Amino acid sequence: MVAQEALRVVRCGGSKLSGTRAAFSADAKSLFCASGDYVKVYSTATEECVHILQGHTNLVTGIQLNPQNHMQLYSCSLDGTIKLWDFTDGILIKTFVVGYKLFAFYTLAGSEDSVFIIIPKRNEEASDSFQLVSVKLPKIPDQEVEAKELSLILDDIGQSPKCTAFGREGEYVASVCGLHLLVYFFKKKKIHRFPLSATSSKGANNYFTCVACHPKEDCIASGHKDGKIRLWRNFNHKREYTFSTLHWHHDVVMDLAFSVEGTSLLSGGVESVLVQWRDGSDCKKEFLPRLGSTIEHIAASPNGTFFCTSHTDNKITIIHSNLRVSAIIQGLVKGTDVKTGLVVDPRTKALVLNGKPGHLQFYCLQTDKQLYNLDIVQQEYIHQIGLNQVDLVKAAFSARGSWLATVEQREDKETELELQMKLWSYDEQTQSFTLNTRINMPHESHVTALCFRDTDELEDVTPTLVTAGKDGRFKVWVLVNDSDAEKQSMGWSCDFVGSYHNYPANNCCFSEDGSLLAVSFEETVTVWDSDTWDLKCTFCHPPGRIRNLCFGRLSCSKYLLGTTSNGFLCCWNLLSCALFVFKPNEPRPLCIQRNICRGRVQWAVFIPREVPESVGSENHKWLSRSQLYFLTQTQDLMTFSTKSTEERLTPSSKQLAIEESLPVTPFYLLLGKHRNQQQSKENADLGTAVVPSHLAQHSPAIKELLHTPAHVLPSASFLCSIFINSLLIPKENKSAGEVADEVEMDSEKAEDESDEDIEVTEMEPDINPTEILGEITPKLSKSQEKELRKIRRMDYSWIAAL
Amino acid sequence: MGEFQVHRVRFFAYVPAGIRCLAHSARSDRLALARTDGALELYNFAANYFQEKGIPGHETRSIEALCWAAGDRLFGAGLSGDISEYDLEKLRVKYSLDGFGGPIWSLAADAHGTQLAVGCEDGSVKLFQILPDKIQFERSLDRQKGRILSLSWHPSGTRIAVGSIDLLRVFDVRSGHSIQRILVDRCLQGPQSRECVVWSVAFLSDGTIVSADSAGKVQFWDSEKGTLLETHPVSSSAVLSLAVCETEDSIVVGTSEGAVYQFQLLPLKWGSAESQWVRTKPFQHHTHDVRAVAHSATALISGGLDAQLVIRPLMEKVHGKSYDAALRKFTYPHRRLVSCAKKARLLLFQFPQHLELWKLGATSATGKDGDVLPVSRAPEHLLQLKSKGPEHICCSCVSPCGSWVAYSTASRFHLHRVRYENDRVSIKRVAAMPKLQGSAHQLLCSADSSRLLVASDQGSVHILELLEPGGCRHLQTLRPNSESMEAVYLLAVSADGDWLAAAGGDWAINIYSLRHFKPHCTVPAYNCAVTALAIHPVTNNLVIAHSDQQVFEFSIPSREYTAWSRKVQQHGLHRGWLERDTPITHITFNPKEPAHILLHDTHMFCILDKSLPLPDAATSLMNQITLKQLSEKARRGHVHAFKICKKYRPLLFMELLDEGSLVVVERPVMDIKTQLPPPVQQKKFGT
Repeated sequence: MVAQEALRVVRCGGSKLSGTRAAFSADAKSLFCASGDYVKVYSTATEECVHILQGHTNLVTGIQLNPQNHMQLYSCSLDGTIKLWDFTDGILIKTFVVGYKLFAFYTLAGSEDSVFIIIPKRNEEASDSFQLVSVKLPKIPDQEVEAKELSLILDDIGQSPKCTAFGREGEYVASVCGLHLLVYFFKKKKIHRFPLSATSSKGANNYFTCVACHPKEDCIASGHKDGKIRLWRNFNHKREYTFSTLHWHHDVVMDLAFSVEGTSLLSGGVESVLVQWRDGSDCKKEFLPRLGSTIEHIAASPNGTFFCTSHTDNKITIIHSNLRVSAIIQGLVKGTDVKTGLVVDPRTKALVLNGKPGHLQFYCLQTDKQLYNLDIVQQEYIHQIGLNQVDLVKAAFSARGSWLATVEQREDKETELELQMKLWSYDEQTQSFTLNTRINMPHESHVTALCFRDTDELEDVTPTLVTAGKDGRFKVWVLVNDSDAEKQSMGWSCDFVGSYHNYPANNCCFSEDGSLLAVSFEETVTVWDSDTWDLKCTFCHPPGRIRNLCFGRLSCSKYLLGTTSNGFLCCWNLLSCALFVFKPNEPRPLCIQRNICRGRVQWAVFIPREVPESVGSENHKWLSRSQLYFLTQTQDLMTFSTKSTEERLTPSSKQLAIEESLPVTPFYLLLGKHRNQQQSKENADLGTAVVPSHLAQHSPAIKELLHTPAHVLPSASFLCSIFINSLLIPKENKSAGEVADEVEMDSEKAEDESDEDIEVTEMEPDINPTEILGEITPKLSKSQEKELRKIRRMDYSWIAAL
Repeated sequence: MGEFQVHRVRFFAYVPAGIRCLAHSARSDRLALARTDGALELYNFAANYFQEKGIPGHETRSIEALCWAAGDRLFGAGLSGDISEYDLEKLRVKYSLDGFGGPIWSLAADAHGTQLAVGCEDGSVKLFQILPDKIQFERSLDRQKGRILSLSWHPSGTRIAVGSIDLLRVFDVRSGHSIQRILVDRCLQGPQSRECVVWSVAFLSDGTIVSADSAGKVQFWDSEKGTLLETHPVSSSAVLSLAVCETEDSIVVGTSEGAVYQFQLLPLKWGSAESQWVRTKPFQHHTHDVRAVAHSATALISGGLDAQLVIRPLMEKVHGKSYDAALRKFTYPHRRLVSCAKKARLLLFQFPQHLELWKLGATSATGKDGDVLPVSRAPEHLLQLKSKGPEHICCSCVSPCGSWVAYSTASRFHLHRVRYENDRVSIKRVAAMPKLQGSAHQLLCSADSSRLLVASDQGSVHILELLEPGGCRHLQTLRPNSESMEAVYLLAVSADGDWLAAAGGDWAINIYSLRHFKPHCTVPAYNCAVTALAIHPVTNNLVIAHSDQQVFEFSIPSREYTAWSRKVQQHGLHRGWLERDTPITHITFNPKEPAHILLHDTHMFCILDKSLPLPDAATSLMNQITLKQLSEKARRGHVHAFKICKKYRPLLFMELLDEGSLVVVERPVMDIKTQLPPPVQQKKFGT
C-alpha cells in the first residue's frame, strides 16, 4: 500500500444524488442512488449511507434491483459496463462489459437472461439519436463477462431513462420522444406510434417529458411540457386509442410514477409539490407541498411503503405512502453559481459555500452530508425565470469561527445595485449563527473582498473586519460596545476608510499576527499598519492586475504573495521590500498535476486534517496536514489523494451493516432457536453466567456466516470450523473483542483468496481455535489436535444433514 | 376582383335561441334539434350537415324532449303538457295530444318503436301506443312522488329507468310497478340541503343505469341490486345531459359549464372481460349550459344555451384525415333572414316575432381601397312590425321598390303596403287576402315588384299580383308535373319576370314559365340538398349551389347545363372550396359583369369569374392577398376563377345594390354572447 504513492485526483463526494431515479430494496429498508461514479446505499430509517458501491469509472446512469434475486442490484454506467452487486455487503459480483455508453437500464421480471439498455445509435458521444436494445447476459461464472449479444427493440428514442417505461408484465414497452409515443408489443412484435400536435390554440405545449406504465392495467401515463398528464388506454388499437388528461401542474411534468398496485399515480415538477392522483381521476388528488425544490425523479418502493423524490438541489426525500416526509438525504447543494467560493468554517471544519438561493450551506466533507443551512437573505425565493433575486456573494469567518460576515447583492439592469452586509455571531447555546449587525450599502459599489483580522488569540483586541470595494475604498469595521444602561448590545461600525488614488480595491488580507493589512488596488499593493491605519509601503510592479493576495504563515510570515491576471505569482519580502516573481512553471513548484478535470477549476481551498496523515513521499508532504479541495466548473468537488480508493473510503460503513435488513432465513431461525435453548440452559445452570450466550451472538464468525450471501461464502468445509468454534464456550471472555477483530480480518482474507489454496485454508482453522480458546490449546498435544480435527469432520456431516 | 363600396351592416340584432334538445336518428342520419323558443330544425348529416328543414317556433309550445320512433316519425313533448307529432313534409305539427299529467319533461320511445313513454310533472310515467297515423294512450305506470325529469327504456323494452329528484327508479313495464328505488347522493361539496336533480338517465342492455345529476356526478348503477358501481365527479355544477352510442361503449355528457366529456368503456387488460368506464376526452366548445347531447356512430353532438350546435367527429371512427374529421360549429341558420329592397335601399330583418325595416346609410366621401368612409347619413330604423299571435314568423320579404312587406307564420300570411311621404313612413295592412292553400315557406317578389311568389306545401308555388294602391289578387298556383309531397323552400325569379325556379324538400328543382303559368322543365336530379338558387339577369341561367358545395349553372332557355358548368364538373372544384363547412346561402349577380357570380356563406364571400381558369389542386384557393403583392404581369399567371374575401364574417347576408355598391350584414359572435346571461363562474389558473 505504501508503494502506491502517485497523487491522484479523487472525486470526494458531493456528486449529484438526483441524477437518476433512486431505487428501493425489496423490503424498502435501503435506498440506492447513483452518485457520480458510485452507487450509494442508504438506510431509509436512519438516512445514513451504509455502503458505497464503487467500481464504475464513469457516471452511473441506472440502477435496478435484480428481479431474480432481490438481494442483488444492477447498475449501469457511461463506462459501458453493467455491474451486479450484492448490496448488503457492498460486494461486486459480476461485471458485464457491453462496450457502448449506457444511458438507461431496465430489467424485467419475465425475461431472465436479458436486460434492456439505451445506447447511442452509432456509439458516438455527439450522436443525438438513441436506441433501446436488449442485451443477453451470458451465464458464465466469470467475474468479468462480455455481453455483446444486442438486439434492437426501438430506434430513435429519447436518451433520458424517464422517457421509456415497461408495461404490465413486460408485455410492451412505451417510449416517448418529442411529440410521439411509441409502444412496442413484445408478443406481436409490432410498434404503434401515437403522434400529438405540437401546440394547440389554447397554448398547450404537447412535448412529452416522461412516461410511466401502469403495473396492473394496460394504461400508460405520459407527462408533457405544459404540465398535462395524459393517461393512454386502448393503445393496442392503432386508431381506437384514447387518452384522458389530468392537469394540475403549471409547468413541465418532470417525472411520473405509479404506486405498486397502480391505484395512484405520482407526479412532480418545478412546483416542488408531489401530486398523488388516485384512480386516474382528475378530482381525486392529494398534494405534498413545500418539498424545497424541483422534483426530478420519483420512485416507489416495491412493497408500497415509501416513495422517494429526487430534487435538483441534490436532495432525496423519502416519503411515506400516506404522503408524510419520513427522511431527507441531503447532499451538497448545487445549482446556482458558487459566488462565495469555498470557505472553511474553523469551528466545524465544514466546507461553507452557496447553497440554496440565499442560503449558506455547511457541508461535512468526511461524511458527504450537509450539516445545516443558514438562511442569509431571509427572503422568500420566488421560482420564476428572469426574476433577479438577492444573491449571496461573499462570506468570511473569523479565525475561531465566532463571527461570520456575509455580503448579499441584487443587481438589476434597471435599478441600482442593492448591497447588504450582515455580521453573524456564533451562539453557543443554539449552536448556530445569529444576526448581529446589518449594514446597508457598506460600499458604493460591489464588495470585492472581505477578511477578518485573526486576533482571537489576544482577547483584548476588538474583532476587526476589512472590506474592499470597487468604489476605490477599503473600510475597516470594528465591534463596538454601544450598550446603554438598560440593555447590553454589541454592534459593528465603520472605523476607518482608506483609499489609494481612488483605484478600485480588489483584495485585502491580514498578516497572520494581524499587524499588517495588505490591500491591492488594481496593480498596486499597499500595506497598512493595522493599529494606526497608516500606509506603510506600496508595491507597484506592473506585471498585471492583482487577482489574489495572501500573507505567508508561520515561518514564512514575512512574505506576501499575490497572483496577477497575466500569470505571475509574486512574492514580496516585507522585511526587505524585495520582490520575487515566479512564473508557475519556472522555479520548480512542489507539485504539478495536469488534466485534473475538464473545464476550469473555479475555487480551491485547503482544509486542515483532523489527524495529520503520514505521507511517505517527500513530494507530497504538503498534503499531510491539510487537503486541497477544489470545485470544478461542473460543480464537482474534487480533492487530491495519495491513497488508493479502497483505503481512502474508510470501510467503517461495513460495521454499520444493519442487522435488521437481513431476511429471516430458516437457517437463522434454527440458529436462533439453538441459541435460545443454549441461553436458557446456561441461565438455568449457571444463573449468573450470561457471558457465553453473549459470545455466540457477537461472534464475528457467525455474523460473517449469516451476513454474507451464500454464493460468496467460502466453501462449507472451511466455514464449518469457524462456525463450530464460535459455538464453543471459551473459559474466559476478556479478549473476545480483540479476537473477534482478528477473526474477521482472517475470514476476509480468506474470502479474497477464496479456496484456491487448500493448504492455506487448512492452516487457518488451526490458528483460530488456538486464539479463541486462549490458554487451553497450547497444552494440547499433536494427537489431541488430530482428535479434535476428527470431531470437526464429524460435525460437518451433521450440519450438512440439516 | 373589382372594387365595391361596401355597406357594412352590423345593426341586425339577431340572437339565435338556445338549443333545448337533440335527437339523432341513426336510420336516416338526421338530427332533430329543438330550440328554447320552440323552433324545430332538422339537419341532414348525409347532406353535409345542412339544415334541411325548419318548423318555426311557437310562443306556448316549448319543446322539452324529442324522439324519433317507428322509422322517421318525430315526436316532441313540452311543458304545455302536449305530445305532438311533427309533419316533416308540410313542416308543421301534425297533431297534438294532451298527456293529462301536467308539463312533460321527458319522452322516450322503446327500441321497437311501438311505445312512447312520457315522464310528467305529477310523477307519472305514461305509455302511449304508436299507431300508423296517431298515438294512443295505453296506460300509466305506478304514480310516484316527484316530477319525472328523465327516463330511458331498457333495450329489451321490459324496464324503464326514471330519473327524478334525489332518486332513480326502475319500473317493470309489464306490471307497471316500481321495482327499484335508488337514492342519489345530494352533493359532493357544498350544502347538503340542495336537492339533487337527476337530469338524465340511460339504461344499458347489461342492466347498468347511467345517471347524470345536478351535483355534477355521472354515476353507474346496477339496476338489479340497486347498487352504485362507479362515480365520476365531472363538474362542480350540474351535469345536464347524457347520451349513449348504439354500441354502448361510449357515453357523452354535457355540463352546465359548457364542457362536454366522453366516457369510454375500456378493457383493463387486453383480452380480459373486465372493463371500466373511463372519462377520456373533454371538449370545451360551449360557453353556457350544454342542455342537449347526442351520440351518433361517428360523432359527439352537443347543443347549448349559447345557441351553438357542435358536431365533433370521433377521430378513431372516421377514416383518414378527411373532411369528415373536422369539427363543425353551427351558430347561424342556413336560411335567409334578411331581404333587401335594391332600388329603395332598404333592408328587412326577420326576427322570430317581429320584422325591422331599415334604410341604409349613405356617404358623400370617396376613398381608396381599404378606406373606411365616414357616414354622412346614418342608417335609419324605419319601422318595426310585430306579428300577432303566438306563432313565430317563418319567412318574410320586401319588394325591390320597398313598398311591399310580406311575412308569413305557420298559419297566416300577411301583406303590408308601406308608403314613404317626406320622412314619414306609413304602413297599411292589406286586409282582403286571398285564401291560399297550405302555409307559406318562402316569399319572393318579382324584380318589378308586381308579383309576389309564395312557396307552399306539396311543391306548389302561389303567384299573387300586387295591386296599387293596396291590394292583391291570386293569379295562379303552379304545381310540378310529378307529384311531390315536400314543401318548396327556395325560390328564384328571373329579372325579366319570365322564369321561376323552385326547389323543394325532395331536392328537385322545377322551372316554371311565368308567362304561361306552366312548368317549363326540371333540372336533372342531383343527390344533395339545394342551398341557394338564382337566375342570371342577362343570360337567364339558373345558378344552383348544393350543400356538398357543388355549383351548377343550368341554362333555362336551352334546358341543359351550360358548357361552363360541364367544365366545372369535369375539372372538379378545388379541395379548399369543397371543404368549407357552411353552405352557400345566397347568390347574386353583377349586371355589369355578366361573367361574375357573387356567392356567400357564413365565413366568406366569393366572386366566381367564369372567364378565368379554374384553380387546380396545386394553387391555393384563397390567394387574394398574395396576388396583391405580385406585379401586374405575374398576377395574370396566378389568377383563377375564385376570388374570395374573408373580411366580413360571420356573414348573414350579402347583396349587390347597384354596380359598385354592396351591402353585407354581419352578426359578430361576440355581440350574441353579450346578449346571453353570464356563464357559470369558473376559476381560471393564473387570474
